[in-house]
Amino acid sequence: MAATDTPPPAPSLPSFEAEAQTRAARRNRLLTLPALLIIGIFGVLPLLIILVYSFLEAGPYGGVVWNFSTEAYVNFLFQADIFSDKLTFAPAYLLIYLRSFLFAVATTLVCLILGFPTAYFMATRPPRQRNLWVLLITIPFWSNLLVRTLAIMFIIRDEGLINSILMGMGVIDHPITMLYTNFAVLLGLLYAFLPFMVLPLYASLEKLDFRLVEAAYDLYATRWRVLWRVIVPASLPGIVAGCLLVFIPTLGAYVTPLILGGGTHLMIGDLIAQQFGSGRNWPLGSSQALILMAVVLIALFVYVRNTTGRTPHG
Amino acid sequence: MQAAKLGAETSPREREGAAQEAAPVISIREVSKVFGQGVAAFTALDRVQIDIGQNEFFTLLGPSGCGKTTLLRLIAGFDYPTMGEIRLFGQDIARQPPFKRPINTVFQNYALFPHMTVGQNVGFGLEMLGRPKAEIAGRVDEMLRLVRMEALKDRRTSEISGGQQQRVALARALAPQPKVLLLDEPLSALDYKLRKEMQIELKRLQHETGITFIFVTHDQEEALTMSDRIAVMSGGRVLQIGSAHDIYERPTERFVANFIGETNFLEGQVQGGGSVALDAGSVVPALPPEGFAPSGRVTVVIRPEHARLVPSGTAGSLAGTVSNAVYFGTDTHYHVTLGDGSEFMVRQQNSRASASHEIGAPVGVAIDEGAARMLRD
Repeated sequence: MAATDTPPPAPSLPSFEAEAQTRAARRNRLLTLPALLIIGIFGVLPLLIILVYSFLEAGPYGGVVWNFSTEAYVNFLFQADIFSDKLTFAPAYLLIYLRSFLFAVATTLVCLILGFPTAYFMATRPPRQRNLWVLLITIPFWSNLLVRTLAIMFIIRDEGLINSILMGMGVIDHPITMLYTNFAVLLGLLYAFLPFMVLPLYASLEKLDFRLVEAAYDLYATRWRVLWRVIVPASLPGIVAGCLLVFIPTLGAYVTPLILGGGTHLMIGDLIAQQFGSGRNWPLGSSQALILMAVVLIALFVYVRNTTGRTPHG
Repeated sequence: MQAAKLGAETSPREREGAAQEAAPVISIREVSKVFGQGVAAFTALDRVQIDIGQNEFFTLLGPSGCGKTTLLRLIAGFDYPTMGEIRLFGQDIARQPPFKRPINTVFQNYALFPHMTVGQNVGFGLEMLGRPKAEIAGRVDEMLRLVRMEALKDRRTSEISGGQQQRVALARALAPQPKVLLLDEPLSALDYKLRKEMQIELKRLQHETGITFIFVTHDQEEALTMSDRIAVMSGGRVLQIGSAHDIYERPTERFVANFIGETNFLEGQVQGGGSVALDAGSVVPALPPEGFAPSGRVTVVIRPEHARLVPSGTAGSLAGTVSNAVYFGTDTHYHVTLGDGSEFMVRQQNSRASASHEIGAPVGVAIDEGAARMLRD
């Protein structure tokens, strides 16, 4: 009888805890709300607008006319004859995509080749020196990409630094044309994205246990084999991250090819910008942007499938 | 075959030395290692001289920072000596990279490759040597059987315990059949019971493979129980090389006597005929270290188990009073304050016959015949 006066506290305890947990979970979800709102309003919503626009007709002076049309996608690959409306295959846009893809692959590979020794050097410095090297790598970020790209232009143009020096030394008679070439675009992209390769590689290599390197040397592995059999497998996460961080933004690069390519070596980013500007074809621009996104997603999927999840066999 | 090779490639002077004793596998000649430069220079090894023979279990023993690991790294080839030669069968290998030396290492933290299976780890060395696949497979199985790990061949190295990783590290280092196996404190990460087990295991492996083992440790007990010979190191120098028995019973320097086991130091004056007049008031016969002619003041070392407590006033004994008695089950440690104020410890086995001594009681300390040794310092 006395027991009824005081309710047993023990059974209520777990439910109490569970309640506290759900409350904490709810609060945590609430904390993610601002970020989700920003992504939603400025990321997902514009994407939806682009998606809708890509299925509309182009307005005569830019903008869109609200009629459903797949013309933008058809125009990506085909050109309609002015008189007969007959569609003929027109690979101009496709070639620009291919060019951009090649540029992105080349940039990624060269960044990897240049970035790996750099990151390895940084990771093998004494711990106190390493932060200094990281700081040095991030210095380019302190100034605007546009300014830095213009600086490259001044260095490589016909009357620029390199040609002036070489001519002054008498190595060459007339300037080497570098500006507005593929070389200039590649150089600009390399310069812009190299830190994005070095930093994740460094993060990976810094965690590498260098006793493993010694163990491999000890077991008759030459320097080259130590690199391929121990260091590369161990830094694979950094290689994957670095390649993604370079490849994706390079594919859609806008400023660099515009300035250093001189409008004659277009990449996807410039093409899309043109449709919204002088081209006055918003649906076409939208469809090109979505196609780019699809290409990136497919490339990403294939790449990640091939580099991770697989067990590297020795 | 090796003898023929040795004869062809060594100088006459070396051949003479080799004729006196069995040809050493590893010969460390006047090796010094200095890190840094100028004021910051640090001498890690100072003219080290060691010969290690065929099929020997050789231990480098010393406290951390004594240079033993540095020496091991020089033998492995991870670092090059500032001066001196490291000879393998008479050939200087001191400046060869590690992958050209037929020497393998068992690392302190094993350093197994995390992205490979146990079997792939063990086969790595043979693979790098370019051996045929069938041979590698056979040898991997053989090695895993040797360390009793054949069941875990396809496991990842992260999925096995510390003791098992230790065995894999051993198998990996033994698989390419090196001429010398280096072991860098390989047991220090294991718990006590496993460590005892691995000590026996290591001795067995060395016996079965016939490979020269060079073992680095700071654990004197480990060194005494496992080694054929021990080099005691301190401050980058080798202080004494000898069998466990030599090192324990006939230490030549204070550091060696102090580092290995418990010991008593007594000061005294050298007298003719190999005896020392101790300050504590007795004359004991004591032998000096080989090649050392002592004179004047000298320190004598006596192990606690080589002295007995006798009734006060017994002829030839040192007079003193018991200051402390610590009971250890099988034996009791008596601390005795001698006449000159020095402390002396006597380890007495507990038996029914042995008398116990009260703290404060006057006693005599009798030193066993031949137990006292003079030290070099």
